[in-house]
Amino acid sequence: MKIFLKLTFLFVIISSLILSRANAAGEQQELLKVDWSFKSFFGKFDRASLQRGYQVYTEVCASCHSLKHLSYRNLAEKGGPEFTELEAKAIASNFEVTDGPNSDGEMFERPAKLSDKFVMPYANVQEAIAANGGAYPPDMSVLVKARKGGANYIYSVLMGYDEPPAGMELDDGVYYNKYMYGNKIKMSSPLDDDIVEYADGTKATVDQMAKDVTTFLQWTAEPHLETRHKLGFRVIIYLSVLTVLVYFSMKKIWSRIETKV
Amino acid sequence: MSDHEYTPKSKVGKWFNDRLPLLTLANHLTDYPTPKNLNYWWTFGGILTFCLITQIITGIVLGMHYVAHADLAFQSVEHIMRDVNYGWLIRYVHANGASMFFLAVYIHIFRSLYYGSYKSPREVIWIIGMLIYFLMMATAFMGYVLPWGQMSFWGATVITNLFSAIPLVGESITNWLWGGYSVDNPTLTRFFSLHYLFPFLILGLVVLHIWALHVPGNNNPIGIDIKKPSKDTVPFHPYIVIKDAFALLIFLLIFAFFVFFSPNILGHADNYIEANPLVTPAHIVPEWYLLPFYAILRSVPDKLLGVIAMFAAIFVLVILPWLDTSKVRSTVFRPIYKQFYWFLVADVLILGYVGAMPAEGLYLLIARVATAYYFVHFLVILPFLGMKEKTTPLPLSITEPVLGGSTDMAMARNNSDFKEKL
Repeated sequence: MKIFLKLTFLFVIISSLILSRANAAGEQQELLKVDWSFKSFFGKFDRASLQRGYQVYTEVCASCHSLKHLSYRNLAEKGGPEFTELEAKAIASNFEVTDGPNSDGEMFERPAKLSDKFVMPYANVQEAIAANGGAYPPDMSVLVKARKGGANYIYSVLMGYDEPPAGMELDDGVYYNKYMYGNKIKMSSPLDDDIVEYADGTKATVDQMAKDVTTFLQWTAEPHLETRHKLGFRVIIYLSVLTVLVYFSMKKIWSRIETKV
Repeated sequence: MSDHEYTPKSKVGKWFNDRLPLLTLANHLTDYPTPKNLNYWWTFGGILTFCLITQIITGIVLGMHYVAHADLAFQSVEHIMRDVNYGWLIRYVHANGASMFFLAVYIHIFRSLYYGSYKSPREVIWIIGMLIYFLMMATAFMGYVLPWGQMSFWGATVITNLFSAIPLVGESITNWLWGGYSVDNPTLTRFFSLHYLFPFLILGLVVLHIWALHVPGNNNPIGIDIKKPSKDTVPFHPYIVIKDAFALLIFLLIFAFFVFFSPNILGHADNYIEANPLVTPAHIVPEWYLLPFYAILRSVPDKLLGVIAMFAAIFVLVILPWLDTSKVRSTVFRPIYKQFYWFLVADVLILGYVGAMPAEGLYLLIARVATAYYFVHFLVILPFLGMKEKTTPLPLSITEPVLGGSTDMAMARNNSDFKEKL
């Protein structure tokens, strides 16, 4: 019994250590919390939300933010937005990529294929910085995993634009955001009501778009999240059953001698 | 150790065993007499072996897909996470496996501290263990650099910069480690090479660790010497094997929970940002298992002394068998030491906590006190306590907890002879 108390004590300390480390940066305002469909043990993506999120990304974010680790084929893969292959092909063909050299040694332009990576909005980092007033719009492929607070953080920043508090001086091209680290952001509020028109008739409120695009970015960061949850559940079940079996085998074997195990 | 001669039953087996006694070795391992009162804290040796093998296997597969180049490393990790079949699983097992490995090794070390497993005649096992622990930290640190994220890059910069504190040659040594004038591609490639090498050195040391263990045999929760084999022991197989398997499965359940449902909680978000030498992260923190040492490093105002303190924190562990003057192994019979043991556990946890916090104000003060206490524990309390403390009487054997036991091997033998005569 004593040992369990000690174990619990250790567990509490260690978990509070981990949690305190997660909040190490402290000072930040508490993030908005959303009950995401992809959280929890059986968490899955909302397919329609992913497709809408992709639409928000292409129509709003993609002019500055790249998704360089994704390929167009990912859009049709299981566990993602699951566009049909035809739809994904059609999406890809909207973009031009440079290919080559051909047999004459020339580089040439052609429409993108499923196997191509997402086309980047800028040719290089310098161009991106120059076009955005000195701030580099970060690549969004793993953005959700690269920010403390994950999906809640991205959603909060999208919802966090506000008037600066009295006495706060903001330079030109700098905006106030409640949830951004340091409260200053060089991106103006990207979302406005009805800035996109959803094909499925969902009303494009800022809140709806923020949720959809965050869901989409969670998927770009963790494309195998659904497989992971599904496999994880099976592994836990398998291990639990095996643990019980081994426990009783152990009891049986140790019953040959009088010592308790 | 069992003294009986082993002869294989089959002719072929005998022929082979006469030329290479592998079967004798296997027989020794299965028959190995183990104290029957080992508790679950003793299962972590097996768990650690499992961790090492897991890290090596997943690491070899990752090495097939990873590209050790400053421009490509981050991208190749994303390639593993997205395009390699079950690459995400292999990488998450490897990354969380490192944390689980350290969790297990800390429990293993603190078990040894509680039951005095480092004391005579097991000093060599302990020192080899400390070497393994040291190599583990080096391996884990270099492994964390490989994804070439922001924490990788800046962690590597901070740690390699420590060597520049060495007088006269510090600068040259740092440049030599980097292969240039800052952490860059040459640093990454050599870290990859060494990260691949070290686990095999650890594996070799693990073999020595187990070999050295099999000479005196296991210590046990009451810490007295026992006659082997005797009524106090059970053969390793099946008794200990099945118990280790049960404990390993519990461990795997926790491991699986992290891998499948919280794979990034033990890591740092900044490491998903590609390394950028021009942007320093707000807080540079090492992985959780290095935090106590990081706290010691930062608690000393002088850089060189800080580095010395950090390495000294490991070195006092190496010479621990000679710092602890008490002849009694198990804390069960050391009422005063028991208090200090838990103080030390708390102290190390506090060091870990402040290691994650910014080194300023109250945190810095706490870190300094905790660092001082850490050294006081090993350098002052342990030597004096061993001489002064009045221990409670030891039992004669595991099966018969009669008073009059001893930590002296010869005495133990005599005692059991004595009992047999009775």
